[in-house]
Amino acid sequence: MNGRTHYIEAPRGRLAGLVIGYAGRRADEVLRRVTEFFLAFPQGRRVFGNMTVLENLRLGAYLRRDATEVARTLDMVYQAFPRLKERETQRSGSLSGGEQQMLAIGRALMSRPKLILLDEPSMGLAPVMVFRLFDLIRRVRAEGYTILVVEQNVRQVLKLVDRAYLLEVGRIRMEGRAELLSEQDFVRKAYMGL
Amino acid sequence: MDPIFLVEAAINGILLGGVLAVLALGLNLIFGVLDIVWIAYVDLVMLAMYAFYFMVQGHGWSVWVAGPATLVVGALLGIAVHLLIISPILTSAPINQLLATGGLLFFLQSFATFLWTTDHRSVRLSLPSVEIGGIFLPFTRVIPFAISILAMLALYLFLRHTYIGTAIRAVSQDRDAMALMGANPQRVYVVTSAVGGAMAGLAATLLSFQYSVHPFFGGQFGPLTFMICVLGGLGNMVGAFVASFVMSEIIAIGGVMFSTEMGYVIAFVVFIVVMFARPGGILARRE
Repeated sequence: MNGRTHYIEAPRGRLAGLVIGYAGRRADEVLRRVTEFFLAFPQGRRVFGNMTVLENLRLGAYLRRDATEVARTLDMVYQAFPRLKERETQRSGSLSGGEQQMLAIGRALMSRPKLILLDEPSMGLAPVMVFRLFDLIRRVRAEGYTILVVEQNVRQVLKLVDRAYLLEVGRIRMEGRAELLSEQDFVRKAYMGL
Repeated sequence: MDPIFLVEAAINGILLGGVLAVLALGLNLIFGVLDIVWIAYVDLVMLAMYAFYFMVQGHGWSVWVAGPATLVVGALLGIAVHLLIISPILTSAPINQLLATGGLLFFLQSFATFLWTTDHRSVRLSLPSVEIGGIFLPFTRVIPFAISILAMLALYLFLRHTYIGTAIRAVSQDRDAMALMGANPQRVYVVTSAVGGAMAGLAATLLSFQYSVHPFFGGQFGPLTFMICVLGGLGNMVGAFVASFVMSEIIAIGGVMFSTEMGYVIAFVVFIVVMFARPGGILARRE
């Protein structure tokens, strides 16, 4: 596990040493309200391949009991990703890679999380897919969700986010608003190849 | 040999297969979700058969009351096994889990011998047979078969269309991913164990129609049930269903052509051969 993945795993309680907080609460306190945290894809999409798209989405809302609210979230997810609506009754294992990623994000949205954690979402994707994926994340962001994304693809991700933290060997080297960070000479040379 | 005997044997094989399938699906469901084989599964059936026996013979309950009650007994036994034995060792090495459920087998056999001696006890149900075209179909087999099929249909609907059933299928596919959904796995485990136990209770009732119960009843059906699960692919419900009928047909037809013992011998040989050819089970997808 590298330094970046630590930041994703810590709030899920996988690591004892590292404690970060969210919204004024300490991480261990937040953990008790695990519904607030959602990991869209933990390096790999982890959709339930033998189940239908709809079943996958409903499982995302596993902890929510209010059926009408769940139905409303489902509508919202389908609006954001119409492709999922088309594939509703298909086995999710039969979807293309990009569609599975939509499904993984859609499933995470179903729980109406306060914070979405994305662990290297672009890993192993073709450049054109990375572009589309970031577009999906942008759409989710437009719905008003808070997103924490861990990414190696510095150039792309700086265009996506509001605020960025640059990690080197597990320590924060630099932080600030994304557009300011991307103007720094150091960042441009070391990470963006400019 | 008169071909009518073969037809009759084939039909008896199907009738036996239904009850075997209930056993195999119960065991397989638990394995799929918990990744633990309950070695003592058929010994729970034995306990439930005693419960059924005492309800019917001891207290004079009607089978229509005692049957559902035995189902509940089975579910409670399943929950007890999970909470007392499986839950504390859920994260231990697989060999320890096998030893623990294996130990339970010896405990239950000794316990039953201690309480009820080694006498064979049976619920004497005298039901008529029907004759169709020269083939005799005893109701003591037809009724259990019909109930088995209905029960498996109910299990299918439960897993397909209820919330907790969907969660059970999801956990058996990817336990960690289900934890990401915020699902409490313990609840899924308990429900699974209860359903698996209820299947054992149901099988106990159905087997009581034809077999007498004794403390070592588990030895009669235990190995066969495991074989069916492995043959169908551990955790694969459809595979277990198909394998039940394959095995029961081999036993029934081998039984009339040679002898009952030879029927079992052939079944085991087929099992070994299939395991060499398709180690993942008859319905395993080729990698």
